[in-house]
Amino acid sequence: MNRRSLVSIGALVLGVAVLLSASVVAQVPAPLAAKRAPAAKVPAPTGKPYTPPKTPDGQPDLQGFWTNSTYVPLERPQGVTKEIYTPAEAEAAIKAAAEREAEQTEPGTTADVHYDFSQFGLDRSQSKFAASLRTSLIVDPPDGKIPALNAQGQKRGAERAAARKAAGGPYDSVQNMPIGSRCIIMGGSGPPMMNAGYNANYQIVQSPGYVMILTEMIHDARIIPLDNRPQAAQGVRQWVGVSRGRWEGNTLVVETTNFNGKNAFRGASENLKVTERFTRIADDMIDYKFTVEDPATWDRSWTAEAPLAKTEGPIFEFACHETNYGISNILAGARAEEKAKAEQAKKGSN
Amino acid sequence: MRNRFLTRVTVAGIVTCLAAAVTLVTAQTPGYRAPRAPDGKPNLNGIWQAINTANYDIEAHSAAQSPVLEMGATGAVPAGLGVVEGGTLPYTPEALKKRNENRANRLKLDPEVKCYLPGVPRGTYMPFPFQIIQSQKHIMLVHEYAGAVRTIYMADQTEAPADSWMGWSNGRWEGETLVVDTKGFNDLSWFDRSGNFHSDALHVVERISARSADTLNYEATVEDPKVFTRPWKMSMPLYRRVEPNAQILEFRCVEFVEDLLYGHLRKQPSQ
Repeated sequence: MNRRSLVSIGALVLGVAVLLSASVVAQVPAPLAAKRAPAAKVPAPTGKPYTPPKTPDGQPDLQGFWTNSTYVPLERPQGVTKEIYTPAEAEAAIKAAAEREAEQTEPGTTADVHYDFSQFGLDRSQSKFAASLRTSLIVDPPDGKIPALNAQGQKRGAERAAARKAAGGPYDSVQNMPIGSRCIIMGGSGPPMMNAGYNANYQIVQSPGYVMILTEMIHDARIIPLDNRPQAAQGVRQWVGVSRGRWEGNTLVVETTNFNGKNAFRGASENLKVTERFTRIADDMIDYKFTVEDPATWDRSWTAEAPLAKTEGPIFEFACHETNYGISNILAGARAEEKAKAEQAKKGSN
Repeated sequence: MRNRFLTRVTVAGIVTCLAAAVTLVTAQTPGYRAPRAPDGKPNLNGIWQAINTANYDIEAHSAAQSPVLEMGATGAVPAGLGVVEGGTLPYTPEALKKRNENRANRLKLDPEVKCYLPGVPRGTYMPFPFQIIQSQKHIMLVHEYAGAVRTIYMADQTEAPADSWMGWSNGRWEGETLVVDTKGFNDLSWFDRSGNFHSDALHVVERISARSADTLNYEATVEDPKVFTRPWKMSMPLYRRVEPNAQILEFRCVEFVEDLLYGHLRKQPSQ
């Protein structure tokens, strides 16, 4: 942990105390306030480094249920120039974000035809989230933004956009729809593990020589071998890449390459390399940092910090594809609309 | 004469004793003792796979033509001696009728064709490896097929909160054996490609133990009073994938079945 994080955690203790106070809870939109769970606790800096418990085979123990749900955006918002909010500013930012989520479910609005996020516990304010005073998850570059795409990255972006355009409208075929809607993969699995809008839950289980990270969305289990085996041959390409891990002291370092390029993480190529660092810094907190490198996309690497807060299990089966009525309904709706338009046009021409 | 008689009795006695001894030895053949995990429990960690044709049909079956003409010999069904104890599944008459309908329409109805979760115990003997990740509170079974995952709760055990494809598994150690009790199933998965099926009353008890350094004994007792007239059992060995670089790879089959499931809803070029 660097010094800056320590400073921010010191500030967080104050921030969390404020966030937990009744006055703040009362300011959260009414339907949310009643159900709101307390934000994850942040340990008081004792001056002593935290020593994580060990598994029976001697690994630092990361096991349990965790969430990376957060209101902190990946990139620093426009107009914000500081890296760390004051507790009052952080509180205002969370409140604004919670209100934006609640807006989706305002009765009578267009958005309300979607299911009620607050009713089904889907908005972030109802689950535990890792409290942070950071203005962005990105800590490097210092401006908190993803570096600009380089020439190669821009060219690839343009080619992908052209291919999408050539493939037709967003509802012309299932392949034109987002991979999350298709139940292929959701953002939470990563790597890097990005907070999903809801169900941002993970379970870590360790056995000798392995760490397994189960992402609730979509029952995605990443098994990371720790035996220093060489990376898989380049011919093996996966949506989630192929991960290799090792312990550096109390930090689990995981390097992932061999992506299939279909996920196009933030415009990256299939040669993306993600390095993740997991360090348990308290009984209920894992410091999670990831660094993204892809010289074919960005001229420099970038790094984000997205802590995992302890949460309660268990994690239930998320069978997404098996009941994906949404895809059929959306495509059938689009076809019905086209048919109606064609008939309308026919009538008009008669 | 008497001596001869005595001799005979003695020989008979020895044979009986020997037979008894042999029986004892046979009963103890599974007496292989697995290496211990760091917590002292039998170590079942590893990447395992069945080598049989149960996924085609858990009952005994002959080789058969591919259900898809174009697949030729590559899609044909290899024969199998069956993994069900007693050979035949004890269906109720109505259930047997449904099984036969399933079988006749298996390309349309088999959930595997649609890349749906495999259910239990089918995940164990699909032609894909799965990995056991064994810790104290949770034992994970991670299948390559469709990325199916089972969490076996060794502590904090509860009833199934709702029905699911892979069920809700509570486990315990009985000596050398991991016993997994799974309930809370939906009625959507099958046992194989031949239409053998269950209802949401399915209850599976699996017993897993090491039989040698690189093999496991696997058995599953299946109870489902809505479909079967009595509980029945299947058993098979499982084999360790011993390649030094063995790992569970991605078989994210959703994208392989999208045209099959949703192709008819694709926008047609305007005429």
